[in-house]
Amino acid sequence: MSLESLISPLYEMILLSTPIIFATIGEIYAERSGILNLGIEGIMSLGAAIAFVIAYTTGNITLGIFLALVAGGLLALIHALVSINFNANQVISGLALAMLGLGLSSFVGKKYVGLRLELMLQPIKIPLLSSIPLIGPVFFNQDILVYTAYILTIALWFLLYKTKWGLYIRAVGENPYAADSMGINIYLVRYLCTVFGGMLAGLGGAYITVVYMHTWREGITMGKGWVAVALVIFAFWDPLKGFLASLFFGGIEVAAIELYSIYGLNTHLTNMIPYAAVIVVMMFSASEIMKKRIGAPASLGKPFIREKRR
Amino acid sequence: MKPPLNISRIKLSIQKREEVSRKFDAILTFISICVALFVVAVIFLSFGINAFVAFKQIFISLLNADIVTVRMIPLLLCSIGLIIVFKANVWNIGAEGQILIGAVAATWIALFLMPDASSYVVIPCMFILGFLLAGLWALIPATLRAYLDINEIITTLMMNYIAYFLVAYLASGPWIGKAVWGFKQTDLIPPQARLPQIKGTLIHYPTLIIAIIGAVLVYILLQYTKFGFEIRVFGSNPEAAKYAGINEAKVILLTMFISGGLAGIAGVGELAGVRYRLTANPKGLSADYGFTAIIVACLARFNPIAAILVSYLMGGIIVGGYALQTSLNVSRGVVNIFNGLILLSLISAEILKRYKISFKVVKSR
Repeated sequence: MSLESLISPLYEMILLSTPIIFATIGEIYAERSGILNLGIEGIMSLGAAIAFVIAYTTGNITLGIFLALVAGGLLALIHALVSINFNANQVISGLALAMLGLGLSSFVGKKYVGLRLELMLQPIKIPLLSSIPLIGPVFFNQDILVYTAYILTIALWFLLYKTKWGLYIRAVGENPYAADSMGINIYLVRYLCTVFGGMLAGLGGAYITVVYMHTWREGITMGKGWVAVALVIFAFWDPLKGFLASLFFGGIEVAAIELYSIYGLNTHLTNMIPYAAVIVVMMFSASEIMKKRIGAPASLGKPFIREKRR
Repeated sequence: MKPPLNISRIKLSIQKREEVSRKFDAILTFISICVALFVVAVIFLSFGINAFVAFKQIFISLLNADIVTVRMIPLLLCSIGLIIVFKANVWNIGAEGQILIGAVAATWIALFLMPDASSYVVIPCMFILGFLLAGLWALIPATLRAYLDINEIITTLMMNYIAYFLVAYLASGPWIGKAVWGFKQTDLIPPQARLPQIKGTLIHYPTLIIAIIGAVLVYILLQYTKFGFEIRVFGSNPEAAKYAGINEAKVILLTMFISGGLAGIAGVGELAGVRYRLTANPKGLSADYGFTAIIVACLARFNPIAAILVSYLMGGIIVGGYALQTSLNVSRGVVNIFNGLILLSLISAEILKRYKISFKVVKSR
C-alpha cells in the first residue's frame, strides 16, 4: 500500500474525530471539576440542529457555529444549576438533559430534515507543515475548526497541568472541602467547567452537521456524545489523551466504513463496530486503572454540601 | 401621608427537614409536572404554537384508555425492572436495547424455531426466551461492572446501539421475509403466535397481566425478601454492604438480569402483540420506552406499585405526543422535551425535601 492511498482514509479520520475531540475535552473539564455531565449527547444534538438551521437560513456558517456554542453552554447551565445548587443526582440530571437536548433538536430542526447545506468551510493549508509527506495533507490541510481542536487540546492540557487555575480545577474535583478551605470558590469553578464543557459539546455537534455532513436529520449524532463520555474514562481525564482517544475512535469509524465499502461486509454489522470498540476499550482501561491506581476525580458526581465539611 | 409600615423586614429562614411525608412527596411530584408543563408551554408559544390546544390534546389522549394502555405495558415492564437496579444504585440505561433483544427472541421462536406450534406452546416460549435472552444481554455490562468495575451507564448505552444494528442486520439480511416485496423486514409472525387482545381493543392482555403481577412481585421482592434487603443496603451504602457480607457481584448480576429480562418481556409484547414483525428500522419498536421508563421509575419514587399509575400517565403523554405530531405538525421530540423537563424539575425539587424554607415577618422595634 502506498502512502498516497492512506491519505484519504486518514483525512476522513480527522473529520470524524473532530466533533468527538471537542466533546471529549470539554467533558474532561467538567468531570475534572467534579461534575459528571451525561447530557453530552443531547447537547451535541442541539448544537448540530441549531448550527444547521441558522447556517441554512442565514447563509452564515460562523453565526450558526457560534449559536451552537451558546446553546450548548445554556443547556449545560441547566445541568450546572440542578447538580451544583440543587445537589441533585447527576446521573439522572444528565440523562434528563440528554432527553431534553434530543427533544429540542428534533423540535428545532423539524422543518429542515434532509435539506442540503451548500456552504462549507474551506480547508486551509498551513505553509511548510502541509508539505510533510503523509502528515502534511492529513493533519495540516484541514478547516479552521480542526486547527481549533488542536490548539484547544494543547491549551487545555497546559491549563490543567501547568497553571494555578488547573490546580484549582483538579482540587475542586478531588476534594472540594479542602479546596473550599483554601478559599477556592467551588461553585464558580464547577459552573465555569460545566458550561465550558457544554459549549464545546455544542461546537462538536455543529461540526457534524455544518462541516461534515452538510445536512440535518434526527439522531444525526449517532451516540457520539455517549462515546465522548466513555472516551473521557479511556483518556484518564487528560485532554491530550482525550485527543488521541478521539482520533482512535475516528480511525475505527473509518475502518468500519472501509470494511463495508471495500470488502462488502454488511453495513449493519460494520455499524456495530465502533460501539463494540468502546466497550472493548473500556475493558482495557479498566485493567490499566486497576494496575496504576489512577481513577476518576475522587469527588466526581458527588454534590458539594458545605455544611457537611468536617 | 402614608402610615409608616410597621414591618421592618421579612426574615427568611432555611432549616433542615427531618422526615418527609408521602403526601409531601406527592405534592412535589405534582408541582414538578406543573413546572415542566409551564416550560413546555413557553417553548410552544415561542414557536407560535397554541399551548392550550396542545395540552387539551394531551389531556384528551389520557382518556383514550385503549391506546394508552398499549403504551403503558412496555413502560411498566421496563420501569419495574429499572426500579430494581436503581435501588441497587446500578444504572441500567440499556432497556431500549433489551426490548429489542426480547423482540428478536420472539421473532426467532415464532418464525423459525416453532412456526407450527399451537398458541399454548409458542406464546409461553416467546415470553420465557425473551426474558432469558434479554437478561443475558444485560448480564454483559453487569459482568463488566461486577468484575472489572466498568461504568455500566456507558456500556449499557453502547449495547443499545449494538442491539439496534443487530435487529437491522437480521431484518435486512438473514431473516428478511419472503413476502415483503423488497422491504427490509421479516415476514409477519403466524396468527397463532400473536398475543390475544381484549375484545374491541388493541390491549394484548397477557403482557398486561405479566406487567401488573410483575409490579407486585417486584414490590414484594424489594420490601419483604432478604435479597431485596441486600439490594437496598448495597444501593444506599456499598461500604456497609461489604461489612455485612453482602455479595456485591451477586447483587449487580442478579438485578441486571431481572431488569434486562423484564425489558425483554416488554419487547416480546411489542413484537407479538403490536407489530408482528421486525423491521430494519427498529426505533419504532423500542420507541424510547427504555428511556421513558427511567422517568416512570423516578416519578414513582422507585415504588413498583406507584409505577402502575405513573406508566399509564406517561403512556398518555406518548399518545398525546403522537397526536400533536399530526394535528399541530410538531416533532415527536416534544415528548422528549417534556420528559427531560419533568425529570429535571423533579430532581431539583428534591432539595425542598431536605430544607424547609419559611418566611417570618419581623416587626420593627
